[in-house]
Amino acid sequence: MNCEKQLAMLKRLQEMEFVAIELNLYLDTHPCDEEALNDFNCAAEAIMKLKQEYEAEYGPLMNFGFSLSKSPWQWVEGPWPWEI
Amino acid sequence: MWIYEKKLEHPVNVSCPNLKLAKMVITQYGGPDGELSASLRYINQRYSMPFDKAKALLTDIGTEEMAHMEMIAALVYKLVDGASPRDFVEAGWEGQWTQHDHGLFWTDTNGVPWSAKYIACLGDPITDLVEDMAAEQKARATYEHLIAASDDECVNDTLRFLWEREVVHFQRFGEMLNEVQEYMAKCNVWNGHKFEKSK
Repeated sequence: MNCEKQLAMLKRLQEMEFVAIELNLYLDTHPCDEEALNDFNCAAEAIMKLKQEYEAEYGPLMNFGFSLSKSPWQWVEGPWPWEI
Repeated sequence: MWIYEKKLEHPVNVSCPNLKLAKMVITQYGGPDGELSASLRYINQRYSMPFDKAKALLTDIGTEEMAHMEMIAALVYKLVDGASPRDFVEAGWEGQWTQHDHGLFWTDTNGVPWSAKYIACLGDPITDLVEDMAAEQKARATYEHLIAASDDECVNDTLRFLWEREVVHFQRFGEMLNEVQEYMAKCNVWNGHKFEKSK
């Protein structure tokens, strides 16, 4: 496993998800802020793209039907997040 | 419904295993002001919130707290990695070894197990939002205590991220509290389980 590459891709995803989390909480108390909403939607699109790229290399990020898996069932493969 | 995402919210690294620090950090896992308390408190309080916005905020912050609980678990896991029984004894954490080995458990630094007594739900939006704001401040202060006592820069990077989240959550809860109070100022009275126009 190319750990450095995985960590770099993961970091980009974590950065963009952080943007989305922060904007999500802000929008919860400022739902009419159009600029923040636009930023949130841009972040959400970027996350979808980054997730697809990450999952193509390292397998599903989400369980219960929110990610596709190659054969054999990739969800059971490590490392798990606390082991990375 | 919740879906698991196979990643941490923010990277968790340690410079080297450190049982004494693990014993301190564990309070943010199962202590009174830890992340388990936070996530359960908010997710449980949302059912009696008067506005959809407040239900959303408690759902989202409660969910983020679950991700923080996972970060604290990862931190303890890495700080304990490779420790021998003797190491636990020398760190003064022999209770952890004896009862849990390398398994995680919901306790505070003093070994007191997690209790539902740490969290409240009065069903009154003002009371519950003020409790949430106090909880964020208590967690912030605890993270400051941990950062002050730790000289591991990798650990401190994780602790500082979590510290910052407490500040943001406090801000958002404060905004929600203002909204509820403004609504009440327009002659809406909390009458047991719902708002009613005052006469």
